[in-house]
Amino acid sequence: MNPVLVMGPILLLFVVLGFVTMAILFERKVIGWIQMRPGPNRVGPWGILQTVADVLKLLIKEDIIPSKADKPLFKLAPAIAFIPAFAVLAVIPFTESLQFSQFAVGILYYLAVSSITIIGILMGGWASNNKYALLGAMRSAAQMISYEIPLVMSVVGIILSVGSLNLVEIVEAQKQVWFIFPQFLGFAVFFIASLSELNRTPFDLPEAESELVAGYHVEYTGFRFAFFMLSEYVYVFAMASLTTVLFLGGWNAPFGLTMIPGIVWFVLKFLLIVFSLFWIRATMPRVRVDQLMEFAWKVLLPVALFNILLTAVLQEVPYLDFLYRL
Amino acid sequence: MQLDENILYLFVFFVIGIALPLVALSLGKILRPNRPSTRKSVTYESGVEPTGESWVQFNVRYYLFALLFVIFDVESVFLYPWAVVYQELRADIGLFVLVEMLIFILFLLIGLAYAWKKKVLSWK
Repeated sequence: MNPVLVMGPILLLFVVLGFVTMAILFERKVIGWIQMRPGPNRVGPWGILQTVADVLKLLIKEDIIPSKADKPLFKLAPAIAFIPAFAVLAVIPFTESLQFSQFAVGILYYLAVSSITIIGILMGGWASNNKYALLGAMRSAAQMISYEIPLVMSVVGIILSVGSLNLVEIVEAQKQVWFIFPQFLGFAVFFIASLSELNRTPFDLPEAESELVAGYHVEYTGFRFAFFMLSEYVYVFAMASLTTVLFLGGWNAPFGLTMIPGIVWFVLKFLLIVFSLFWIRATMPRVRVDQLMEFAWKVLLPVALFNILLTAVLQEVPYLDFLYRL
Repeated sequence: MQLDENILYLFVFFVIGIALPLVALSLGKILRPNRPSTRKSVTYESGVEPTGESWVQFNVRYYLFALLFVIFDVESVFLYPWAVVYQELRADIGLFVLVEMLIFILFLLIGLAYAWKKKVLSWK
């Protein structure tokens, strides 16, 4: 067996773990900066080791399982939530040469596998036998399935234009124009729905700490809790990569600046998305649960369906079809 | 049999995804203390003594959203292959491809409008 086949993914795992460590610090620093306070600055220079210290702390915490909990499910849930978060990274092409699986139905694979995490969250909330955890888990499941529909539909415009589900072909179709311009409506729906899929502010109701204690992971301690947190941030990595690939042209350079390597462009676009997530968190208040559900079904879903129609119609317009028929 | 490398990668990613929690949680066992007590394993409800179980009947509204989700998720299963072959079929049999899909979406939209009117979509 080809050793690259195993070493590559393991290397990516460490890159992702490194990203998660830095992203948590970066998030706290950015929010601190926006709120005019220093943020974490005690552990290491510029607070750079803060998350490392947090992870070490979690590692040596006692693992408490409530006596009333359903033990096997309680233990299984964090793993079920984490595994798909890492598995989806297999289909994401980072650059022309740095890509793992060129699976023919890449985008479908991502969307299908990522929804398994809902089961892990529901499992954890239910198995805890805690009212807050159950409420958080039910809210989370309802929210994630509601926003998955617009998320899935908003991509159809791109598939219509490219005629393929392969993420590599989707990136290659964006050599001239990135899809954020012709598919702006799709991008808006996709970005809002992905915020909600990631359970991030303004859609962080499942973890609304001021109303639900902590949400579905109230009863979790130590490293089991860490795995819920980890899968959340691995999804930030995956979703920011997917947004870059689908709408920001992946590794394609803007303005023909091809002397700068593709990986630099990918990372820049990727970081822009990650920063926007933190920016939005620091700026927006949390939405109410009734607004949340109505927004998905009454606004995002019709807009996403309209975007499909619009793309199909614009393919017929002369002079514009080069944007929509690739 | 030679397996396609693209499929093998998916498999490897799943195996690593399973291995990390297994390794981290079993290695953590050596590091973390284990001093169980009955007080500690009481369900946490902000310090209040919990009353009753939480495995109870739940608001039916969640179930209705799940039903809606199934309908539209199946719709997307039909939309994806249609979108992939759309341009070929458009060249082949003309705009009828679009009209067909519009009829299909319209039927589902009628369903959505019905749910909307029945106030299934509003969270009260």
